[in-house]
Amino acid sequence: MLTAEVKPASTGTKKTLKVKRYKPSEDPKNTYLTDEKGLWAWMTTVDHKKIGLMYLGSVTFFFLVGGILALLLRTELLTPAKTFIEADTYNQFFTLHGAIMVFFVLIPSIPAALGNFVLPMQLGAKDVAFPRLNLASFYIYVIGAIFTFIALANNGLDTGWTFYTPYSTQSSSSVIWVTIGVFILGFSSILTGTNFIATIHKLRAPGITWGKLPLNLWALYATSIIQVLATPVLAITVLLLTMERALGIGIFDPALGGDPVLFQHFFWFYSHPAVYIMAVPAFGIISEVITTFSKKHIFGYWAIALSSLAIAFIGFLVWGHHMFTSGQSAVATTVFSFLTFLVGIPTGIKVLNWVATLYKGSIEMKTPMIYVFSFLFIFSIGGFTGIMLGTLSADIHLHDTYYVVAHFHYVMMGGTLISFLAGLHYWWPKMTGKMYNEFQAKVGAALIFIGFNTTFLPQFIMGSQGMPRRYYNYIDQFTIFHQTSTIGSYILGVGFLLIAYYLAKSLKSGEKAGSNPWGSRGLEWQTTSPPDFHNFDHTPVVINGPYDYHRPMEEFQLGLANEDKDH
Amino acid sequence: MANHSTSHPTHVHHHFVDSDQQFDTAKLGMWVFLVNEILFFGGLFCAYIIYRAWYPELFQMAALELNTFWGAVNTVVLIGSSLTVAMAIRSAQKDQMKGLKINLLITIGLALVFMVIKGFEYAHKFELGIFPGEYYTYEGIDHPQAAIFFSIYYMLTGVHAVHVLIGIGLIYWIYLRAKKGEFSSEYYTPVEITGLYWHLVDLIWIFLFPLLYLIE
Repeated sequence: MLTAEVKPASTGTKKTLKVKRYKPSEDPKNTYLTDEKGLWAWMTTVDHKKIGLMYLGSVTFFFLVGGILALLLRTELLTPAKTFIEADTYNQFFTLHGAIMVFFVLIPSIPAALGNFVLPMQLGAKDVAFPRLNLASFYIYVIGAIFTFIALANNGLDTGWTFYTPYSTQSSSSVIWVTIGVFILGFSSILTGTNFIATIHKLRAPGITWGKLPLNLWALYATSIIQVLATPVLAITVLLLTMERALGIGIFDPALGGDPVLFQHFFWFYSHPAVYIMAVPAFGIISEVITTFSKKHIFGYWAIALSSLAIAFIGFLVWGHHMFTSGQSAVATTVFSFLTFLVGIPTGIKVLNWVATLYKGSIEMKTPMIYVFSFLFIFSIGGFTGIMLGTLSADIHLHDTYYVVAHFHYVMMGGTLISFLAGLHYWWPKMTGKMYNEFQAKVGAALIFIGFNTTFLPQFIMGSQGMPRRYYNYIDQFTIFHQTSTIGSYILGVGFLLIAYYLAKSLKSGEKAGSNPWGSRGLEWQTTSPPDFHNFDHTPVVINGPYDYHRPMEEFQLGLANEDKDH
Repeated sequence: MANHSTSHPTHVHHHFVDSDQQFDTAKLGMWVFLVNEILFFGGLFCAYIIYRAWYPELFQMAALELNTFWGAVNTVVLIGSSLTVAMAIRSAQKDQMKGLKINLLITIGLALVFMVIKGFEYAHKFELGIFPGEYYTYEGIDHPQAAIFFSIYYMLTGVHAVHVLIGIGLIYWIYLRAKKGEFSSEYYTPVEITGLYWHLVDLIWIFLFPLLYLIE
């Protein structure tokens, strides 16, 4: 019998607990996938793991819709004039591509899908703090989606995903359905954030102090704070826009004494922090994957943990950099420009710490790690071009060009989506208990990397030469860039199809994963794959940090001794 | 991860160690949600500040159209309901189930009084042609942007009224659960967190009343 001196989260005072080692079974009998069966059991489950998978399914579906729209847009842009769709259809397609990818894919992708699955497991908890609220969040998301689809069937939407007034108050497309959809969707995000904050504060297993919290959870914590503080402002903004269209309340209408730029302020007060709702959880995944596949303690634990919070904080102070050309005062633009540069500091701290973690590590080039390297390369380009866009004089020239389009795809797709893929490949064995085909996965990762850069690098060039975003036609000199970009998008499409293929195949015929295929020290790996309904069949006790690779594996598998198993 | 002692009471959900942890967690969750509510109203308050700075004379003229007497009555009514909801929580803590139910009912009653008074105020404005935005037809305020004050007024008080209605629903639900005898000094978490919500609804009105009615 061993003992461990730890602080349980619920009391906060040090206690000596009797512990013993619980080695996870490699061949679990009961898992969360087998214990309740049938569609109804899934639809009414309060299990965070199943809810995470339900989000994963929905996010994949929306990614497919948004991706097909992107391919159609790129195909239309093969030639300078009309290729195969009308200009109005084109406007609808780019609006829907943006709205679907931002609101239905990127925002819920990491926190709601992967986060839901791993957060309680990394805490050694049985579930999130409010399991029923968690299920409600999922259905709120679904209802929001239904409203958006009503809009699709009913005139569509052609305002751009940003709904800028005054056009959004005049457009003949169904703006109201989408704004109501986004309003509802916002609550899903807020409630998930609330749930995560309460869970991280109150449901940590004995021994998990703030200094032993996995960095993925620091990132999700920072994300949740942004979700709770920023999303309500979007809610009130789209509510005002809805009222503007329904009742003409005039708050954004100059004819009635209102101000359309106020809409932009409100909108970006949410939507800029929303960029960090998408990006910060990505940073969490990178920290987890990079340590596991370097078999090494993370470099600068506190620097990475606190820089997530710093990004969340500074992220609230930079919204004005979207309005450098909207008639903001010179003083305001200067201040916003300066604050924008500040975001580069915590972000740079993270990137340098990750690279330093690799130093003298025992690096294993598995698929998740390949995505991490893709991320480091692509995200750094995205970050640096962001600094250029934050520079006042450069932004006047680059504003509303393809340079901006390329920048945010480098950050959002290169940052968030590639980390999402890293996380998906990393936790796939834990979620399903199956391994995917490593070779095919590596080919997929290579296709994504090549396709991505082929698609978006040319956009930087044509943007800097003056190609405006959202245009249906272009002058002949941009043809080669547009065509290269379109070919790149097809490579991306093939890459995603390959990923879908081998992941689906692994479910049927994948090899058994075993409890900890990567040899990670993370708590979520110290149980069976897939886990049982309660995640652990004991109460885990944590004595080491999550990245203490110099400590033996036994020390990461401790749990309270003498528990009766009558639950 | 619970300590699976045999004394696990029925109201404690499976993923909590004990009643205290569940109570603290629920309370923290509600506080986080209330922060979100403040940001939600914050957007409207921000619009209010901007337009008041732009059209200060309009806000003075338009505020005269609002009925300060009934606004003040409503303020007293809501503060009273905050008191009764606090007394309801106190009753639950002291195991006085009758007091709990009576206080919840009084709170609902006061909330309904608030809504009725608000309804009369709205009806009176509609009669005068004071509608939001482009439907505004009233000619009693000599200012080209008169409509915008009332757009903000209707948005602020309207969103607040929706919160009052949700509060009435929640408190009624708590009342029904109290009637079934679900609460005791051991377990009154839903009463406490609903009370927190209701205090916020009250607090927002305490800001709305002077900002809209008492401008001089």
